[in-house]
Amino acid sequence: MTFFNHFGRYVLLLKSLLVRPEKTSIYWKEIARQMVEIGVGSVGIVVIVSCFLGAVVTVQTAYQLTTPLISKSIIGSIAANSIILELAPTVTVLILAGKIGSKIASELGTMRISEQIDALEIMGVHSSAYLVLPKILASTLMIPLLVIISAFLSIYSGMWVGEFTGAVSKEDFMTGAIQYWIPFMANFALIKATTFGFIISSVSSYYGYYTEGGALEVGRSATRAVVVCCVLILLFDYILAQLLL
Amino acid sequence: MIEVQDLNKSFGAKQILKGISATFEAGKCNLIIGASGSGKTVLMKSIVGLIPVNSGHIIYNNDTDFLEIEDSGRKELRKQIGMLFQGSALFDSLSVEKNVVFPLNMFTNMTYKEKMNRVNECLERVNLKDANKLYPNELSGGMKKRVGIARAIVMNPKYLFCDEPNSGLDPQTSIVIDKLIKDITDEYKITTIVNTHDMNSVMEIGDYVLFLYKGEKYWEGHRDEIMNATNQQLNDFIFAGKFFREIKEQNTKRLSDEKNK
Ligand SMILES: Nc1ncnc2c1ncn2[C@@H]1O[C@H](COP(=O)(O)OP(=O)(O)O)[C@@H](O)[C@H]1O
Ligand SMILES: [Mg+2]
Repeated sequence: MTFFNHFGRYVLLLKSLLVRPEKTSIYWKEIARQMVEIGVGSVGIVVIVSCFLGAVVTVQTAYQLTTPLISKSIIGSIAANSIILELAPTVTVLILAGKIGSKIASELGTMRISEQIDALEIMGVHSSAYLVLPKILASTLMIPLLVIISAFLSIYSGMWVGEFTGAVSKEDFMTGAIQYWIPFMANFALIKATTFGFIISSVSSYYGYYTEGGALEVGRSATRAVVVCCVLILLFDYILAQLLL
Repeated sequence: MIEVQDLNKSFGAKQILKGISATFEAGKCNLIIGASGSGKTVLMKSIVGLIPVNSGHIIYNNDTDFLEIEDSGRKELRKQIGMLFQGSALFDSLSVEKNVVFPLNMFTNMTYKEKMNRVNECLERVNLKDANKLYPNELSGGMKKRVGIARAIVMNPKYLFCDEPNSGLDPQTSIVIDKLIKDITDEYKITTIVNTHDMNSVMEIGDYVLFLYKGEKYWEGHRDEIMNATNQQLNDFIFAGKFFREIKEQNTKRLSDEKNK
């Protein structure tokens, strides 16, 4: 299929989500369940990734700033800015795309090939709305939260690594981090995270929902979902930076 | 009653259903038989609207042409349809009880107690007790089919569709499932359509049998007429096995003996 086929079908899938829910309470429950699965279920990996990202960016910045002419606190500024602008909202989310995207695509793909989606349709349930909408809402809400956690943890870990390695003291690091702080950066990070949350859930739902064939194709859908999500995240990372910065 | 008129369906250039017409009556077990790949599943899924067809009419209860009503009307009609899928299609993430209660949660305002009563009633109807809390991956094939049937009948459907209810089951379990489908059909006067290639089922429950051969209707009739049918493809299909062939031979011999007397 060409890009336009995929895009058209993707738009139609999104459009099909805009129906009156059969029963609102069931949809709320499903959203809550997905928020736990997507959000709480990803905290572990976010903690690990963030700690290392913060540590690495501090050590590498310190390595590059050898001249005594610049105050050490600049390490804190550079690290915090990179973390808030790029590492937390993009790099962390790329890893989340692998985890959440493959989970959504393989779950829906399995439901498709084992006729569970047909079973929903036969009952009179709007299968796309019931299955996809809660995932998109949950992911679009939870990924920004995960990014906030990631940003705080990365900065915190960067600060302590600076202290331990003697590159920059905790106090200097924080002074630097706050010195060049622009509040819009936080908004920018959240705008990115929300966009990426939507991309991950909707694109991987698309690949899962339209899986055809057998177990092999489920795996293929999951892989394709993750690859396309990652490329789109990078593309929109650039577009948003151009537009908003 | 469901009436199918001149149904055609192609996938790409390959025509799968070729002008199928049939009448499936209420309170009867209507069987669609044919070899693997003859189009049984495609026909069944076309009748319930899971597969869009190219042309034809599907008329439910003498008035609604399923293909001409819009989406919301279809959803309403589908609440009167129960379907058992070939692989049972139970929701993996839900227990047996939650699977069966699912349509009730979605479409009724019954209290928790009423729902549980109904669920247990249906599970007892299919002879499944003490399995409420099990998950699909803990069930045997036969149990899955029974849960699938319980889920299909929980909303008191007017129409019941079963796609190869016996596939993957041993002969004894197959007969139990067949009997169950037959009893439920009689009990609730449902219009039942069953896809099968199992000759035992045909002989046990086939009130009306439609034989598909490469997407075409080659024969239709009652199970009692099938032994004496003259259609070549039907005979090849039914009497592929030695057992049925011998019965057929004895049958013809008896008939000719009677004639000679
Ligand atoms: N989605 C599809 N796309 C293309 N061909 C299909 C599709 N579904 C079924 N077919 C073809 O239709 C024919 C009939 O299939 P089916 O109805 O599943 O047979 P069966 O009688 O075993 O249930 C087969 O040749 C199959 O390859
Ligand atoms: Mg089939």
